[in-house]
Amino acid sequence: MLKKNSPWLGLGFRLLAVVLALAFTTLILVLTGAQPFDAYTNIISGSLGSVEKISDTLVAWVPLLLATSGLLVTFTAGLWNIGVEGQITLGAIFTTFVLRSLGDSGLPPALIIALAIVAGALGGALWAAVVGWLKIYGGVSEIFGGLGLNFVATAFTLFLIFGPWKRPGVASMSGTAPFPPELWLPMVGNLRLSLWSLGLAVLGIIVIYLVLNGTYFGLRLKAVGKNGRAAFLMGIPTARYLMSSFLICGAFAGLTGAMQVTAVYHNLIPSISSGYGFLGVMVGMLVNFQAAWAAPVSFFFAALNIGSIQLPIVLHLDSTLSGVLQGALVLFVLIVDGVRRRLTEKS
Amino acid sequence: MKVELSHIQKRFGKVHANNDITLTVPAGTIQGILGENGAGKSTLMKILSGFYSADEGTILLDDKPVKITSPADAVAQGIGMLHQDPLDFPPMRVIDNFLIGRKNASFFPDRKRALAALHDLQQQFDFAIDPETYVDSLTVGERQQLEILRLLWLGARVLILDEPTTGISAIQKEKLFATLKKLVEQGMTVLFVSHKLEEVEGLCGRVAVMQRGRLVGETRPPYLTAELVQMMFGKVVQPDARVNAGTPEIALKISNLEIEDFRLQIRDVSVELHRGEVIGLAGMEGSGQRQFLRTLGGLTRPVGGEIRLEEKNLAGKPYKNFMNSGIAYMPAARLEEGLIPGLSLTEHFTLCEEQSGFFVDKSKAHALTSGRIQDYTIRGVPESRIEALSGGNQQRALLALLRTPLHLLLMEHPTRGLDIESTIWIWAKLKERCKQGTSIVFISSDLDEVIRYSDRILVFFGGRVSQPVNSAATNAEQLGQLIGGKGW
Amino acid sequence: MDEIILIGLAGVLASAAPVIFAALGETITERAGVINLSVNGTILLAAMAGFAVALTTPDPVVGLLLGFGAGALVGALVALIVAFSSITLKQSQVAVGFVLTLMCRDLAYFLGNPVMGASGPIVPHMEIPGLRDIPVLGTVFFDQDVIVYSSYILIVLVYLYIYKTRQGLMLQGIGERPAAAFVRGADVNRLRYLYTMLGGALVGLAGPMYSLSIKAGWKGTISGLDGIGWIALAITIFGGWNPLRVAAGAILFALLQWLGLVLQPSLPNIPSQVLQVAPFPLMILTLLLVNIGNAEWVERTLAGLPPEPRRILAKILRLMRTSPPASLGVPFENE
Repeated sequence: MLKKNSPWLGLGFRLLAVVLALAFTTLILVLTGAQPFDAYTNIISGSLGSVEKISDTLVAWVPLLLATSGLLVTFTAGLWNIGVEGQITLGAIFTTFVLRSLGDSGLPPALIIALAIVAGALGGALWAAVVGWLKIYGGVSEIFGGLGLNFVATAFTLFLIFGPWKRPGVASMSGTAPFPPELWLPMVGNLRLSLWSLGLAVLGIIVIYLVLNGTYFGLRLKAVGKNGRAAFLMGIPTARYLMSSFLICGAFAGLTGAMQVTAVYHNLIPSISSGYGFLGVMVGMLVNFQAAWAAPVSFFFAALNIGSIQLPIVLHLDSTLSGVLQGALVLFVLIVDGVRRRLTEKS
Repeated sequence: MKVELSHIQKRFGKVHANNDITLTVPAGTIQGILGENGAGKSTLMKILSGFYSADEGTILLDDKPVKITSPADAVAQGIGMLHQDPLDFPPMRVIDNFLIGRKNASFFPDRKRALAALHDLQQQFDFAIDPETYVDSLTVGERQQLEILRLLWLGARVLILDEPTTGISAIQKEKLFATLKKLVEQGMTVLFVSHKLEEVEGLCGRVAVMQRGRLVGETRPPYLTAELVQMMFGKVVQPDARVNAGTPEIALKISNLEIEDFRLQIRDVSVELHRGEVIGLAGMEGSGQRQFLRTLGGLTRPVGGEIRLEEKNLAGKPYKNFMNSGIAYMPAARLEEGLIPGLSLTEHFTLCEEQSGFFVDKSKAHALTSGRIQDYTIRGVPESRIEALSGGNQQRALLALLRTPLHLLLMEHPTRGLDIESTIWIWAKLKERCKQGTSIVFISSDLDEVIRYSDRILVFFGGRVSQPVNSAATNAEQLGQLIGGKGW
Repeated sequence: MDEIILIGLAGVLASAAPVIFAALGETITERAGVINLSVNGTILLAAMAGFAVALTTPDPVVGLLLGFGAGALVGALVALIVAFSSITLKQSQVAVGFVLTLMCRDLAYFLGNPVMGASGPIVPHMEIPGLRDIPVLGTVFFDQDVIVYSSYILIVLVYLYIYKTRQGLMLQGIGERPAAAFVRGADVNRLRYLYTMLGGALVGLAGPMYSLSIKAGWKGTISGLDGIGWIALAITIFGGWNPLRVAAGAILFALLQWLGLVLQPSLPNIPSQVLQVAPFPLMILTLLLVNIGNAEWVERTLAGLPPEPRRILAKILRLMRTSPPASLGVPFENE
């Protein structure tokens, strides 16, 4: 019989989860009368079929990877930072603020953008600090604290878009007035991809990987996440570490928001976070909170999203098919993992 | 109702908790059950009350063999257990607590009838609990009273009480004893599990003593304390060779320490700890040793008094100060409080060593861990996850993680669950530290260990702390009496 | 009173009804000790499913009935997954609920694509004769449809059940202290399954209450239903897990929404969504007050005070607590 903790067993179960997820999604496709094979091939071609498509996938990869990188830190600390969406939003707001304020100041655009990005990180970190404070000193679950603050952040965004920052003329759901091209992150050729944002995301995950796996900070954070009581007895200041993880994740989320403003939308729109925060949580769960796999899995998820965009046009299917597959993957991994543990416990 | 336990056997893995227990309790008796921690009393009571099922043996109620499948089933058959922390619903009202769980009740519980029943029962025993108050505002004694009434209402004819007098006032204790006496007059059978000798001697019509899983003796009044103590603790042999590393130098001065816990109060303790000395804290679990030890370690804040280490008073300071002053705390729950499941041995050692730079030097950490594994003969490799190690090796790991040098080492149950060999080995290591100047204060339920390895012993009973007893000059009898509450 | 205001208040009750169902359903689930985070996605999926079933049933009345049945079924099934994963497989309730809320939302949009924009049956208006004619109250309370009337009944039923029936008391017990409930004969895990599914069914009913009535039809991402489930979760907490307070919270939320619309002309630049977030700061505040006594720094500070202030403060802290069911989120193991 296979040994209890054999890595092959783990891998086998993981593959089973993937197979089940694909089967489930296929079943859903069949239910809508679609051809599963066509749908899948369309997703692949829609995300990787041309240079433009690949670039679009990369554009979607950047915010997801940034958000996931930050979330890996809070997950390591044993936290469910559901408030990440609001942190992305606050980052975007701070970035927009700096761009608006310094846009006419005569400073070189590169400097303005750089300051705006830093401001974004700061905004996200501050918003995360509120969740952290509520959790550590108020005992408020970071799940509900974060959830509540997500909604407050969205309301704040709407207030700004329809109030002080509204477009001249009629305020509109399409957001604030677009920034002039000098304040956009420079892009590659005709593509919408900015190498700066790509570089930032890649640098980000490398840094996170190194911090979590190679530093004392990362190890202590892991200790806090796995057994806060014992970590405390070992002399690790658990409160400080928890707060640090919120700040780091918030900063990354803020950078995500900054990228959304400077590299993608070039203004502030109501749903600036675009669900990347929650999707990052899903990626984190799927990679079992290990940084090594964050980049490929988040790329895969980004590809699914981009690839599904053309489904409504080509196959008359809704693009949320990607969400169904992503959710099914995480759900089945959870279930299969639970079954595996039960089976190995019983033996 | 007559209760008979016949050849009960229960094992938990390698631990033989109940070994061929046969006990008959006639109806209308208060049966005392004595034994030190780990003797098997609670396992036996849990079998009788339906929490566990025996591996072998039978239970007979009124001479009829019965099968008890769950605690609720036990109650249905007439056996009710009163736990140390009564299993009630604190945020709910008294009357609701009383009602819930009654079988064959209608959809809408008949509150009037329940209130009347509660009232009548309270009258019988002279209790005065307001049915409309919330249980979390009741004292422990009142919660016990409520639970007793509830069990009576459900038709219990056997009542098991597990250490009922911990944390209740003297008046409530009197009331409880009066209640029990009244109940047995009505034919109830009471099993009274306690370590408090005076109470057992005063209350019980019969006493059974358990030791290491066996029933070692039964007696009737008049009771001889010495005999009871002897049965409980057995003959503890004085070691031939004592390693006494104590010096006259004073390491720690505890003055007028006062500790408050929601169940206990420890008042005015003053002790001077010498360098290299080992002090053992003896007493039944829940008598205050743990609170005392945690206060010495800086994990709990005392409400009064001083803890002086090298002229500095640490009392009231945060845990970090204690740690930095060279005080280490080793908890008993290894995987819950002392070690971190999911982390490897190397990671543990990296965490406890001095930090050097931002990045962890993995090869250095590996080398360090291999060295420690050798020094402490831990059966495992640096990459082993801590939860994969056996209990004994986890304890060695905990020991290996301690900093050197240390002024004071505080340990909860350092050798719990370990075999003799590991125990001897661990104590040898500990005595080495003593020779280097570390003082040790430890808690243990094993009287043998306490006498053998301590230089002096403090006995705890209900929050009271004895004067230090010289371990070379004492014996199981004297300690047993103190542990049981006599001779204070 | 101005007829328009009365009609507006009637509208408040109508829009509160589905939220009442969802929040009361979650209250029951959380009272049993389980957190079902999938509420948001469940409502969307149930709304779509209910609409699709009603749409494709030839007879409109049967269609409505089947539609609501489908909604409840969807809610119960999703809740079953939550229950199974967390009770039997011992996975985190948060993890499963979170995945399901996103996945059910996407499933709703995806599967609902074909029926987007179609017109289906709508629950008819039904004033209660006699009661309708009471001045003021008649217009507000009794000129509604079956959905709203059933929300009144549900509030009463849930309240009576939890506080006045034998099983309801045991439900409280399971959430507060499962060990004590177990000793009193409760099969804790089986009951948790049942209550989670019951709560889920009630949440599921909220879906068709939108797609077959106040937000009739299925409009995909612009149906405006995304977010209601999170609000229901917030209201459950803000209502202190007490059905009456939870229902009041749902009505308060609907009232604030209405006020937002009414005040719109005077504040032209601010969309009504801003007022809609009110439940969330309130939820956070409730949680703060719940937990303030537990924090370790509070305990340490208390220990450092002289005895009299210490006693008084400890008492005040205990009074302030609106406790969640003590074992919420914690799996039950009997030895």
